Amino acid sequence: MLQDDTLANVLYIDLSKKHFWIEKRQDLFDKFIGGVGVATQLLHEECPKGADPLGPENPIIFAVGPLTGLFPLASKTVAMFKSPHTGNLGESHCGGRSAIAIRMAGYGAIVIKGASNTPLYLAIHNNRIYFRDASSLWGIGSCITVGRIIRENEPAAGLRTIMRIGTAGEKLVSYACVTTETYRHFGRLGLGAVFGSKKLKAIVISGKRSLPISDTKLYQKVYDEIYQAATGSPVMKKYHGLGTAENILPLNEFGGLPTRNLEKAKFEGALDISGETFAEQYLGRRLACSHCPVGCIHIAALREPYGDELYFYKTSMFSYDFEPIYALGSMLGVSEPKGFLKLMEQIEVLGLDVMSTGVVLAWATEAQQKGIISKKETMGIKLSWGDHTAYMDTVSLIIKQPNEFFEALSCGVEHAASLYGGQDYALAFGGNEMPGYHTGPGAHIGVLIGARHSHLDNAGYSIDQKAKIKENLGSAEELAESLLAEERWRQILASLVICFFARGIYQPDVVLKALHLTGFDVTPEALLGIGEEIHKEKYRFKTREGFSLDKLRLPKRILETPSPLGKLDEKFIHRAIEYVKKSLSK
Amino acid sequence: MKLSVVDTERCVGCQSCMFACSRRQGEAGIARTCIGVRSAGGMERGFVVIVCRACNDPPCAKVCPTGTLKPRRGGGVRFDITKCTGCGHCRDACPIGCVFWDDEINKPMICIHCGYCAQFCPYGVLKLER
Repeated sequence: MLQDDTLANVLYIDLSKKHFWIEKRQDLFDKFIGGVGVATQLLHEECPKGADPLGPENPIIFAVGPLTGLFPLASKTVAMFKSPHTGNLGESHCGGRSAIAIRMAGYGAIVIKGASNTPLYLAIHNNRIYFRDASSLWGIGSCITVGRIIRENEPAAGLRTIMRIGTAGEKLVSYACVTTETYRHFGRLGLGAVFGSKKLKAIVISGKRSLPISDTKLYQKVYDEIYQAATGSPVMKKYHGLGTAENILPLNEFGGLPTRNLEKAKFEGALDISGETFAEQYLGRRLACSHCPVGCIHIAALREPYGDELYFYKTSMFSYDFEPIYALGSMLGVSEPKGFLKLMEQIEVLGLDVMSTGVVLAWATEAQQKGIISKKETMGIKLSWGDHTAYMDTVSLIIKQPNEFFEALSCGVEHAASLYGGQDYALAFGGNEMPGYHTGPGAHIGVLIGARHSHLDNAGYSIDQKAKIKENLGSAEELAESLLAEERWRQILASLVICFFARGIYQPDVVLKALHLTGFDVTPEALLGIGEEIHKEKYRFKTREGFSLDKLRLPKRILETPSPLGKLDEKFIHRAIEYVKKSLSK
Repeated sequence: MKLSVVDTERCVGCQSCMFACSRRQGEAGIARTCIGVRSAGGMERGFVVIVCRACNDPPCAKVCPTGTLKPRRGGGVRFDITKCTGCGHCRDACPIGCVFWDDEINKPMICIHCGYCAQFCPYGVLKLER
């Protein structure tokens, strides 16, 4: 890296002692680039073995990369922590203004340790760090209101990120999220609960600076190439057009859209909750993350009457994407767009991971229908597919946790099913609730073996879709190898914190050209080697914390419901996992 | 030629213009940017695009005690950094907030209406016009 690059600065904040310091960690950035590569190392350094995810010993680590602030779409922040949801590796990525703000404030990474006795929020403005009392913000019902208050209190509009938790995080729901800029999230694996356990309500970060570059002319040339690709390519236009919600109809047509807790993989109401329907009837605005010209964020405007007075309306605006539509739409049999939006609004306001919430509600519905839980557990709520008001009542109780059943739901579907039964249809993989793909074995194996049990680890669904077109899936070993190759490469992208939507633009040659300008000169082979090493380092943490590929639970439901590639074969899945095991132990 | 904000409702808040302005000056990052984009009180309300509107009778020039800022033909001002004492009157005089500040050297940063930012606005918010 270039000598005067502030990327090497790691800001350490101790919430117990209300103390902070900065260390130059060029060693880490030189070896592991930034983002997930550096954050994984900091997690190894800071998180003791067997740490309680909700204890002060669990660190929160944020990291950005060398291309952040220099090139478009290097706009994600990687968060790493020990997950209270799975009890293992926690990793979540978020856009908004977060990455640019951290880089412009003069840091490559931020490590938050300890815990506060009383609620506080952190204000990081360049090299000034403030511990602000958040007692008055604790318990405010809406995550959005909290954002508004901090917005009024703090400087640097347009140059800042405001990360905050809702009541879900305060109440330590294991799949609580952290929200930034109202519409973007560190969604998965419960970072919100880790914030809550530290009494950390929010973090605002801002800054403004110049970044060093090795060759100004070449920089402008490479920038222009990437910018043209980002604004001109049909793939990126798709993200701006209908957005990720565009996938609802094709995936449904394909027969891979999980419906009613995956009793089916085709939803008869798909058209009503499709990207096309939301765009035509509800789309109010499109937004972008900082330094991303694509603008994929889709905001629906929902106008509703209050009902107590004629002509008294409110208009709420909430973001939608493919995954929320799957989780609260098809997965719950909700085909009424307004019903979906109201449920989405509630989950946004409370600060929950929408994907996990949807899958938890889906399991609870089926569990009640099958009689393993009754209205007694649900305190009188009758759950039925498509009934969004019953789901909203349930979500409120997941936050309040008035009895053991709702306490169990607040810990995720894996935990709830371990207490109440119904594991066969408890759709979690590695402890994390499933994403919206029942496309074939690739999707499920990908999530099982993925280091964070996310569809974004290795995009197995994409392999299934290609296999369907070719009418040839290949062997289990070939499939496992493609997943591993993809996941290794994604470690590079996630270390550069490039949005995965831009993976088609940031091919290895472009990455090397861009990296060269920041003083990183590596060969293509060495780059792939770094990706492989980061992947192994993540698995080293997982293994240390008790993860084993042998212990993975396979919910029977995925074997029962036919996918577009036919019924899944359990032996095939196990062969693939076996291959991964061997490959990782090399 | 002068830069014009055609329609802020088309702005998605990507801030590509801010990075472009810095790059035009041979820098990376946003320290040198003479254009600012921020939300209009929550992103759902859209964005405010703050940039010099090339006034015909610019208040920033009127209050400059050293003749650093001189009205420019076609609107806006020319900035002669050698005369600037960094008093900040210009910044206070602009009601739109378009006089950005370089904290490192304590001098204003003034839009020269080159239109480079408009080339990097993918949604037609900015335009260079006569």
